[in-house]
Amino acid sequence: MSSDRETIFSAIRAALDPLPKRTAKPDWPTELVISNPSGTFDSLKAQFADRLAFASGRYYDSVPVLADFLKAEGSILGYCDPTLISLFEGIEGLEIDTDFDDSKINDYTFGITRATAGVAESGTIMLTDTDTSCRLGALAPWIHIAVLNEADIVPHFPAAIERFGDDPSIIFATGPSKTADVEGILIEGVHGPGIQIALVISK
Amino acid sequence: MKTKQQIDRTARDLDPEVHDSNFMGAKLKSERRYNTLFRDYDDPNKLREIAGNVKQHTLEHLDTYLEQAEESFKRNGAQVHYAIDDAAVNAQVLRIMNETGSQTMVKSKSMLTEEVHMLDYLEKNGKTVVETDLGEFILQIDGDHPSHIVTPIVHKNRRGIAKSFEREGLGDYNDDPETITRRARKHLRQKYIDAEVGLTGGNFVSAESGRIVLVTNEGNARFCMAANKIHIAVIGIEKLVPTDRDLGLFINLIGRSGTGQQVTVYNQFISGPKKDSQPHGPEQMHVIFVDNRRTEVLASDCREILRCIRCGACLNVCPIYRQSGGHAYRSVYPGPVGAVLSPLLAGNRFPELADLPKASSLCGACNEVCPVNIPIPDLLLRLRDKAKREGAKEAMKGTPNLGMWATLCSQPTMWKTALSMGHTMNYIPTEMIPHPSAKSWQGARKLPKFEGGEFRKWFKKRAK
Repeated sequence: MSSDRETIFSAIRAALDPLPKRTAKPDWPTELVISNPSGTFDSLKAQFADRLAFASGRYYDSVPVLADFLKAEGSILGYCDPTLISLFEGIEGLEIDTDFDDSKINDYTFGITRATAGVAESGTIMLTDTDTSCRLGALAPWIHIAVLNEADIVPHFPAAIERFGDDPSIIFATGPSKTADVEGILIEGVHGPGIQIALVISK
Repeated sequence: MKTKQQIDRTARDLDPEVHDSNFMGAKLKSERRYNTLFRDYDDPNKLREIAGNVKQHTLEHLDTYLEQAEESFKRNGAQVHYAIDDAAVNAQVLRIMNETGSQTMVKSKSMLTEEVHMLDYLEKNGKTVVETDLGEFILQIDGDHPSHIVTPIVHKNRRGIAKSFEREGLGDYNDDPETITRRARKHLRQKYIDAEVGLTGGNFVSAESGRIVLVTNEGNARFCMAANKIHIAVIGIEKLVPTDRDLGLFINLIGRSGTGQQVTVYNQFISGPKKDSQPHGPEQMHVIFVDNRRTEVLASDCREILRCIRCGACLNVCPIYRQSGGHAYRSVYPGPVGAVLSPLLAGNRFPELADLPKASSLCGACNEVCPVNIPIPDLLLRLRDKAKREGAKEAMKGTPNLGMWATLCSQPTMWKTALSMGHTMNYIPTEMIPHPSAKSWQGARKLPKFEGGEFRKWFKKRAK
């Protein structure tokens, strides 16, 4: 309500007016928040793979190997962003929809969508509304496969934040959905994916 | 053990099983916090200090930043509302639900909605509200309240949860944590699909871009914004930070400080309704900025507490919280942060919670672990002083009368005489002193020989 707005703003000003001086905005260097590397890596891709595994995520850079994993998991029916389906050309034994059918939300066992970036220091996948063909496709199935261009792996969070642009919904996903609410015991796969995969391609 | 303070009584009477859950949960998270922060940074204290200054700067320029945030959200296509108190925010949410023809809400975890009892209010007005965070969902079916701001059911064990699930018809008794989680996944999945409104809090807000940040592990806040058409974010006015770049500080600190994770699984940055090209997600975003006495705290000498990012590190490290558990604080915010914030947010009910600032040994651990470096022990002392000045009865209970001591200390002649008389203590059987606390103290210890009162004599001679 507009009257609440005015009341709040005048209460803030009344609270701050008597302050003899106000704290200046600290100027902090980006290096401050960059975490110590967990080892030595010859590429951002290698560091990303290491950190993703640390966060209980899975890293693939071969479509046939990934398809074998899906089949071994008994994960046959899934959704795929229509612009990515060509990656799976010639793969047998998987049933893939490129139109997300809301009535099959509990039947899809994997979802394949595009990642906008990856963060090497933490194994994080960055999803945006611009590049995600369908929010539920990236969220509802047990397995989410984020397809990431190797060139889009950035070293740290500040570099990923610089890429925000004006996208209305940006998600940093680091490993599978998890909880430790029951007696502090870690369980993966609560509401979101129980298996988080990054498929890194280089084109 | 006889005790007069309410929090002591709760701790004394706590079920040993609940005590152990609280204690072990807190200890584990504290250790993980330490290990992760000191593995990942050479000097994590530097981050805490700077993050604290960023928040303090924002609070001290809050009028400017709040105005900027409002403009940013509007530019992004979100609608901005303000609510002065609990009644106002609840009415706003109900109005939005009614205007959009919405009956059912799924919500993710928000301490502010606990503060204003939103769930009860909406249900009384005929709406259906479903908590989707696993812990909060269990609290909702049990009619219980969180005892910790990050791990809300740390006081419960799997057997109790299994019984609740059986009672609610979610399956036969099964206390395996994985089965409990799968059953909740299945049950809540349908709730997301059925609901029209998704309600969230907001951990941070960037004023520059008009982005709220939601930090979760389960992915429930993502679902609240994928399956529904209306998104309502209820946010305290103290959550602002100046820029997107500053968020880099806070997302690196909150997970490591709270649960000892290098980073929380999902960090969502939401600035408006979904893109037109996106088939799922909210077509409307409503941001409600809530005061609910935060401007009173801003005007007080305890304004630093508004820096708090609700990570829970101070609870986990606190020797009092570890013994008493969160419910002992009789308010929404427990632990050291709650001992400061709860009495302040209580307004004219301050005297009822004025004992909370005394629930501390002032050991300083809460300040040392705080990711925004809040001087909690100093604030506790300021509130003890306030309680004394206002004659709050709750705060005085169990405190020995120090009137005699105060007189003695303020009269040099009396002080000197008392010191010289101290030697007589060496000749009387002290265990005979008929004061109950003196007796109980000596039950386990022996009073050492008095050797004081010599310094002045020595100093006088030396000066000559």
